[in-house]
Amino acid sequence: MNADILIQYLPLYRDALYLTWKIGWLGIALAFLLGVWCAVMCHLHVPILARLSRIYIEVFRNTPLLVQLFFLYFALPKLGLRVSAQVCGVLGLGLLGGAYMAESLRSGLESVAPIQTESALSLGMTREAAFFHVILPQAVSVSVPGLVANVIFLLKETSVFSTISLMDLMFTAKDLIGMYAKTIECLFLLVVFYLIMLLPVSVLGSFIERKVRHAEFGD
Amino acid sequence: MMEQNEVLLEIRHLKKEYNSHTVFRDFSFQVHKGEVVVIIGPSGCGKSTLLRCINGLEPIQGGEILLDGKRVDPRDKSITQVRQKIGMVFQSYDLFPHKTVLENIALAPVIVQKRQKGEVQEEAVRLLERVGLADRKNDFPRQLSGGQKQRVAIVRALCMHPEILLLDEITAALDPEMVREVLDVVLKLAKTGCTMLIVTHEMAFARAIADRILFLDNGEPVEISSDPRQFFEQPQSRRAQLFLQTFTYG
Amino acid sequence: MQSLGIDVLWKGTNFLRLLGGLWVALRISLISVAISILLGLLAGVLMTLKNPVLKAVLRCYLETVRIMPQMVLLFIAYFGTTRVFGWNIPAESAAIFVFSFWGTAEMGDLVRGALISILAIQYESAYSLGMTKAQVYCHVILPQTVRRLIPLSINLITRMVKTTSLVMMIGIVEVLKVAQQIIEANRKASPNAAFGVFATVFLLYFLICWPVGRLAAYLEKRWA
Repeated sequence: MNADILIQYLPLYRDALYLTWKIGWLGIALAFLLGVWCAVMCHLHVPILARLSRIYIEVFRNTPLLVQLFFLYFALPKLGLRVSAQVCGVLGLGLLGGAYMAESLRSGLESVAPIQTESALSLGMTREAAFFHVILPQAVSVSVPGLVANVIFLLKETSVFSTISLMDLMFTAKDLIGMYAKTIECLFLLVVFYLIMLLPVSVLGSFIERKVRHAEFGD
Repeated sequence: MMEQNEVLLEIRHLKKEYNSHTVFRDFSFQVHKGEVVVIIGPSGCGKSTLLRCINGLEPIQGGEILLDGKRVDPRDKSITQVRQKIGMVFQSYDLFPHKTVLENIALAPVIVQKRQKGEVQEEAVRLLERVGLADRKNDFPRQLSGGQKQRVAIVRALCMHPEILLLDEITAALDPEMVREVLDVVLKLAKTGCTMLIVTHEMAFARAIADRILFLDNGEPVEISSDPRQFFEQPQSRRAQLFLQTFTYG
Repeated sequence: MQSLGIDVLWKGTNFLRLLGGLWVALRISLISVAISILLGLLAGVLMTLKNPVLKAVLRCYLETVRIMPQMVLLFIAYFGTTRVFGWNIPAESAAIFVFSFWGTAEMGDLVRGALISILAIQYESAYSLGMTKAQVYCHVILPQTVRRLIPLSINLITRMVKTTSLVMMIGIVEVLKVAQQIIEANRKASPNAAFGVFATVFLLYFLICWPVGRLAAYLEKRWA
């Protein structure tokens, strides 16, 4: 391995990390919002919207992100919907992740005993107030392990962005390998940068998980 | 017993069915202001269902329930207003596990009645003092014993200033040594003139606290007695006699 | 359907080629799944053993696989090995290796979870009935483990099927690559082919993964 080459490539990887990081977190934020929205619709059995959410969840959970991205990036422009690669990445990740987040939240919601709703209602709360003040906070804390796993999964999934020509880590590595054939250095940097991106999240995730689990038990 | 105050809760011709099973066919009953009514009867007789209907947690198939002349209708928007006037405490306490004792108590007054947080919290602390739990105000429910949780649940209901309190077998899930601390709280409340409708299996407690006893069996008011002592010593109906024989009360 | 470009699929053998591409992806995933299940059972049992060294090694293995995107592993297996060892592994073998490497770790963790979720009292009550160790495993422990395991492993299978779409990145001509080729070849005649063809690929994946996912959900509910 050649240290000079590593140093020479470093800025390229740094820029790629920044882009991957940015799109990844924007996508995750979108995924979380979508997930909460769908889980709420399903849980409250809102007519039509609950069914639409269900369909959306099934479709996006059962297809690969790569295929979804290709569809968004190459197929939709034929219908006149053209978006930039970056927007496409955020949207793709958000749509995929939303379905996963919704599933995690749904199982959390199901774990809250129905009598919690009743005791909130008996205090005069509306259904909405009972849901947002009493049920949802409990469901989220039950869902935390699932949500954390989803965040890591989604950050990893960003690696397919290279296929729609986003200059992410994967794209940079592939590009450099193709151009200069410094395969080992490129792959080494690729692994290091993914570790930089994912390790802190993974460690923080297990920390949060342990905290939440601690809060739940002991009853 | 209480002198005939005005009627606070009126149940007229209540009909309640679960699928094909009829719980109440045609049930009518009145509760007066300041009165403590204890409902007893064999399990499955409809005691808890009755309380749940009164609080609009169950749809009813006929008749009506009026609180202060206002209908309790789970499908109507007004239900949240009516429920604010009805406090309910469940067997399994059902505190909100993600909130502290104080937050549990203050949540509904603040978000439902839009009262000032500071004022509500002061009142909550005063009420907690009355049940001997002021020092636990910042604990989470999981840190409390069953009896303590149930006392908090009572305070949570009281803090809404309800006109009537429904207690649904509030000691049934407790260890025997914790029953007393909860019943003492309820006895104290009765002395303050709080209107209550209590479902319980604690016969001695029922006898001590009740202004009236309602003995339910198969959804029918088999015996209504304004003299608890007499009811427990010489029940009039055959079914009440049989039921009471299964208890040893002191 | 001219405007949506679905017509392209009916030209010549296009649709068959697409299905052929899907089969390539499926073949890779199915072989990897089979290997993963076999090795995963072994890995799972090993993970429950008390040996601290073994435990640490397996833990590292699992965490590595969990934290590295499969695409990175694919690149290392395909481009890296050629460079470092001078091996010239066919892309398909590299893919099967990577997916099995990943699947074994995940499967092992599922097996471990299912095994430790069975309470000690189950063993004790079986022993107290006078069963031998072999009988306890055959009649009490394994049936319970399998019931917990099957829905979870089916989910893992759908994950692996979805992930194999990545192999186009190391030059394997699977369904997405075939789709691109078809679109490219018909660029003039059918400018909207991208829509029809990618929509079809989307649907094909859904038609494979969705029923399998439903089956897993059904079994999970039934055996819960």
